[in-house]
Amino acid sequence: MDIGLTHFLVLSAILFTIGVAGIILNHKNIIIILMSVELILLSVNINLVAFSTNTGDLTGQVFALFILTVAAAEAAIGLAILVAFYRNRGSIAVEDINALKG
Amino acid sequence: MQADAIFFWIFAVLLIGSALTVIVARNPVHSVLFLILAFVNAAGLFLLMGAEFLGMMLVVVYVGAVAVLFLFVVMLLDVDFAELKQGFVKYLPIGGLIALCVAAELGYAAIKWVASPTASLPASPAGTISNTHALGLVLYTKYFFFFQAAGFVLLTAMIGAIVLTLRHKEGVKRQNIADQVARTPATAVELRKVASRAGL
Repeated sequence: MDIGLTHFLVLSAILFTIGVAGIILNHKNIIIILMSVELILLSVNINLVAFSTNTGDLTGQVFALFILTVAAAEAAIGLAILVAFYRNRGSIAVEDINALKG
Repeated sequence: MQADAIFFWIFAVLLIGSALTVIVARNPVHSVLFLILAFVNAAGLFLLMGAEFLGMMLVVVYVGAVAVLFLFVVMLLDVDFAELKQGFVKYLPIGGLIALCVAAELGYAAIKWVASPTASLPASPAGTISNTHALGLVLYTKYFFFFQAAGFVLLTAMIGAIVLTLRHKEGVKRQNIADQVARTPATAVELRKVASRAGL
């Protein structure tokens, strides 16, 4: 069987699903949630690159490059917030992050 | 079966398997290590698709920077991760149901989609230049401002991360540049008349 665009699309759909399931199942652990977000962004990148090479249009790859940039920035900021929060509260459990609750 | 099909299935199975391990692993260090494996396999898939530059970028940026950052944070924080794992089984039915719905919808869209008849797909460029060369030709001309904006995003993230995590400790001697610059010979040098054989 030849490997076509559909194979990559289904693969990225499965990866996206795993990321969403990871967020739901590990809803207490913010580190795993951040990793799941990275998986979701990776699946989006696979989708964009698959379409880009299938149509011969480089725009998809350029956009994937920007997603890569934003994902790196997001990981850096997210982990910095995590470290700052751990210093203040001594915990990173998601249910403890409710200081703004009325 | 051609070689690219074999490699696709190897990379795809490893990618899905390591992604599943990321979300079910008990130890978050294992999660990060399997995240690295997932990124490497995705880079292999990018190479199969002909996006060599992005594949290498994935290895450099994700494996080299992001995953190692995750590893640092996981190892630095002294957190009881077993306690955070509670509720995994309790939420397994609802999580599985939502995942099944999302997978069904996305899979249906991925298999059944057709291109719009009015969409004009650009012709494939001649394969005489490499992927990196072609990407550079559009990135620095057509998408130049977006490229600059991406640089600003990274700069903002860098400054934000530093500001969030920088701590000034009390009692550490630190250079005060304003004081140094404000010093003049009049305040810094004292002239005294020294008596002979007396000293100061």
